Amino acid sequence: MSTTAAPPPVAAPESERDERVGRYAGLAAVLRRPETGALVAAIVIFCYFSFTTTAFALPAGASTWIFFSSSFAIMAVAVALLMIGGEFDLSAGAMTGTTGLITGIMMSHWHINVWVSIATSLVAALAIGLVNGLLVMKTGLPSFIVTLGTFFVLRGLNLAVVKQIIHQVSVVDFQEAPGYNSGAQLFGSKVQIDIGWLPWVKVPSTGILTIYSATWWAIGVIVIATWVLQRTRAGNWIFAVGGAQLSARQVGVPVFRTKVGLFMTTAFAGWMVGMLSLFKTTTAQSTTGVGAEFIYIICAVVGGCLLTGGYGSAVGAALGALIYGMVYQGIIYHNWDSDWQYAFLGVMLLGAVLVNNWVKTRAERVR
Amino acid sequence: MSTDVVGQGDHAVGPQLPPPGTPIIEVTDIGKTYGSVIALRNVSTQVKAGEVTCVLGDNGAGKSTFIKILAGAHTHTSGEFVVDGEKRRFSSPREALALGIATVYQDLAVVPLMPVWRNFFLGSEVTKGAGPWKRLDIARMKTITKSELAAMGIDLRDVEQPIGTLSGGERQCVAIARAVYFGARVLILDEPTAALGVRQSGVVLKYVAKARDRGLGVIFISHNPHHAYPVGDRFMLLRRGRSMGNFGKSELSLDDLVQMMAGGAELEALSHELARQMPDSEVAKNMEFDVAETLNAPADDASSEDPGS
Ligand SMILES: Nc1ncnc2c1ncn2[C@@H]1O[C@H](COP(=O)(O)OP(=O)(O)O)[C@@H](O)[C@H]1O
Ligand SMILES: [Mg+2]
Repeated sequence: MSTTAAPPPVAAPESERDERVGRYAGLAAVLRRPETGALVAAIVIFCYFSFTTTAFALPAGASTWIFFSSSFAIMAVAVALLMIGGEFDLSAGAMTGTTGLITGIMMSHWHINVWVSIATSLVAALAIGLVNGLLVMKTGLPSFIVTLGTFFVLRGLNLAVVKQIIHQVSVVDFQEAPGYNSGAQLFGSKVQIDIGWLPWVKVPSTGILTIYSATWWAIGVIVIATWVLQRTRAGNWIFAVGGAQLSARQVGVPVFRTKVGLFMTTAFAGWMVGMLSLFKTTTAQSTTGVGAEFIYIICAVVGGCLLTGGYGSAVGAALGALIYGMVYQGIIYHNWDSDWQYAFLGVMLLGAVLVNNWVKTRAERVR
Repeated sequence: MSTDVVGQGDHAVGPQLPPPGTPIIEVTDIGKTYGSVIALRNVSTQVKAGEVTCVLGDNGAGKSTFIKILAGAHTHTSGEFVVDGEKRRFSSPREALALGIATVYQDLAVVPLMPVWRNFFLGSEVTKGAGPWKRLDIARMKTITKSELAAMGIDLRDVEQPIGTLSGGERQCVAIARAVYFGARVLILDEPTAALGVRQSGVVLKYVAKARDRGLGVIFISHNPHHAYPVGDRFMLLRRGRSMGNFGKSELSLDDLVQMMAGGAELEALSHELARQMPDSEVAKNMEFDVAETLNAPADDASSEDPGS
């Protein structure tokens, strides 16, 4: 992707305009990248909280927001792919709850093997994603409405069915399930790195940075999503169906398959986050994930994705999640009222939408 | 030159070109209704290899409907549609593409925010590697895009720029180059010159002729007889969804064509009205001139075809 724009090999006859375009081409190429704005914002926010609070940049404090950002990044990247493909999934947040509850109840209530429980919730997630995709594509209704419906269904089931089975709304005590440790190894493990010796950390006693498995999963998701978007046919199709669906269909892009696949990918990511949260916190609540669906969308938009589709990047969405994670924890370390985060989110969203819109008009402008 | 080397490369999806003059598409009494709206009825024509078939008609005459049937975007509701001697009924553009029928739509079927080279190969991407390492051959696609466009006389600064930043004529040429490269046997162009200036139109017409000389069958849709006549070999006129007949170039002069398209009397009335309402307008003056020239031309046998509705 990152082609350093070479100067035009053949000077065009309309010299004045083309020269001007050529001179700023390198800078314009960087500014045109969807994630540039988010990267700048992330750096600014990191510096701000590092200098204004004591805990933020210390290893123990950083461990918290790195985990938090990681699990949001997984969903934000999946939601970004879907958004580049021109669709939304409002059931993505509730999905993380549903999958965690399915696996949790199977292990705690019926003592079923951990891998069977994990596989069951995966199948359920993919099925829900498939239904979302088929409904949107078959009816032609906006995905915003269709997945709003799915969201309420899941939210209701998460409460009603769980209460029916275990007579309470939180699943606990599933560590006795057969094979639990191997499952926990995959989703709930952590690596501790002592970085207290680093000259700028200078706190040997508390210099332990904890990296949870969510972070490795997130890195994997970002790398694979970027690979798919930039280097594969599927990625080309995702940009095309989001940018101009009719045109894509006319040149033979399998629009139906691409979009249904995207809904299933989002559901898959929901399952992944559901498992990561379940095995790290060793509990699942009926309300887990409700309300997070908009945060994923905001992360993607802050990362440079267009709400209208056809433009964006996986790295950008991950940076959006990093920003959200840092702000969320930074506000806590500041002892500010946590409600400030919503005001902040709103401002970030509006700012990002304005910037993205400006970029889009420039990119689409006909000479 | 280099076009031919690359153009005959391994990605050409369509079958080989038949010898010039072979009919590729034949439609007989074809019709299409949208619910209760009759958009097209009893239309017949032929498309031969190495010939340009022009479909002419005013806005709303049914031109787009007609070619959407040929392109697989719509299915016809009556009549017969034969490709290579075999009856067909397409249910998707993919089927038409597989038979080498490629369409350049009025909206050009491009994704404005995507780079030129990604648009060029969209839906027919070149890949390398296998299994999970199967990936786009980006360098190759960029090279081909650049050389194919250069062969058409478009020298792009950067094939990485979003296609939305190209001019209308450039985008049109990218779309034509793309269809030709991917082995089209029949190239359908929906009003390619409608939104273009005089010079750009000329450039596009040049590529229409170029495609014809390569042995493709071309269907050229236009509401402008001055654009259609120089490149056309055969003319089919549509008015209000009905065919007003098929004519070979030898049977028809440009003047006949202009006159038939609007109906001489209607055109004359319109030109007078224009002249009265906008006395200084360029369009009105040109039109008056055209009409005077056309109507003063000696009437010949073609006018007997005029239904004079
Ligand atoms: N999807 C549609 N539904 C109903 N009527 C349509 C549809 N598409 C076109 N028509 C009607 O069919 C007629 C022919 O349209 P069209 O083929 O687009 O004309 P042209 O391309 O010659 O301007 C018009 O009267 C138009 O209103
Ligand atoms: Mg039309």
